[in-house]
Amino acid sequence: MGVSECDPVRKALLNDLDGGFAELFNSHRGLVFSTALRLTGNWADAEDLTAEAFLRAYRALAGYDQDRLAALQPRAWVVTIVMNLWRNCARHKSRKPPPALLDEPPERQDTAEGVEETAARHETGDELGRLLAELPDDQRAAVVLRHVVDLPVSEIADVLKIPQGTVKSHISRGLKRLRTAGGVR
Amino acid sequence: MTNDPLLAGLAALATDAPEGLYDRIAARWVRVPGPIGELSVAFTDHGVSYVHRGEGFAGAFRERFGRPLVAADRPPAGLLPALRTGRASGLELDLRGLSDFQRDVLEAARTIPRGEVRPYAWIAAVIGRPKAVRAVGTALGHNPVPLLIPCHRVTRSDGLAGDYVFGAAAKEEVLGGEGLDLGRMRDLAGRKEFYLASDTTGVVCFPTCHNARRITRAHRHGFRTLAQAREAGYRPCKSCRPAA
Repeated sequence: MGVSECDPVRKALLNDLDGGFAELFNSHRGLVFSTALRLTGNWADAEDLTAEAFLRAYRALAGYDQDRLAALQPRAWVVTIVMNLWRNCARHKSRKPPPALLDEPPERQDTAEGVEETAARHETGDELGRLLAELPDDQRAAVVLRHVVDLPVSEIADVLKIPQGTVKSHISRGLKRLRTAGGVR
Repeated sequence: MTNDPLLAGLAALATDAPEGLYDRIAARWVRVPGPIGELSVAFTDHGVSYVHRGEGFAGAFRERFGRPLVAADRPPAGLLPALRTGRASGLELDLRGLSDFQRDVLEAARTIPRGEVRPYAWIAAVIGRPKAVRAVGTALGHNPVPLLIPCHRVTRSDGLAGDYVFGAAAKEEVLGGEGLDLGRMRDLAGRKEFYLASDTTGVVCFPTCHNARRITRAHRHGFRTLAQAREAGYRPCKSCRPAA
């Protein structure tokens, strides 16, 4: 699939904003949520980030004219919104003082996350998820976009606004770190 | 496909978005019968957020809330009885996005029972902002959920219904439908009787209070101000709280 001439989401958006937006959400919700989950490292923040990103997408789309919509690459565009939001709130969080002097944060009681989801999270790649969370932001973003949600390198370069070569080097450094960290344990 | 366990593990981290996430983004909407014709009503996972009458619902909603709308299969629980009976105090409302002042005004208006009215100044007094009478009018004029929060039950002290989100005529129609006698209100206002007292109970009320409506003519005394009523030995009613 990817950025074909007649992206169904773009076609739907040109037709009708609310219907097109539903199409955008349904086509990319898994991709956006998975990205958000692996960037933020927890379920509740990922839900917040996903909801906020789609809401911003909607508000932006409401102001776009037909030409702008006709040129839109919906998938790359919505991922760009997620990445920008995440960077802004990560920057925001880093300004706050560290919350506690504990080595490990306490397991948070999450009302948004059901028992099954918690169980699933702990089973599927909890360890790998934790290793991912320890990567520097650049490398984590590149690895998540390339290998978790399977975007092509060219699209990642567009989203992160860096050259393709840089994307590739972030990915390979990230993977190397993951292998080393995973092997040591 | 890859044989690399790390890449396979990363690919396995992809997941679908949780159920119900769309309800945090979009609002649902229904068209329902109301006391003054058909209404369009939008609601979110927090409650009813918008009540609109006439054309242009979707555009007005988008302008005001910046959220997509999805048609709902059925109205939220409690909406139809609330509109039918004019009693909506149990209905969940989504008032996010309003200022604290607006919310206070609307919460105060919400306490006015069906068939009764209060002056704008009363709302201002109840929320502890006695001088903000005009701002109260503005806040009521921007009530996102008219009828469910009965801003129509706040009226001018001269006996006229006053402005309304759906227009002054609609306000009179709704109040009439709730059993309010607007002609009587105007007569009383014409005689400058803004408070009614009973010499059997010694209590003074707003004229539309259910306690005031029970006073028989022989025992009824009208007052222009609450101070005059108090001077005459009457205490303010605890239901309609004219001294709030």
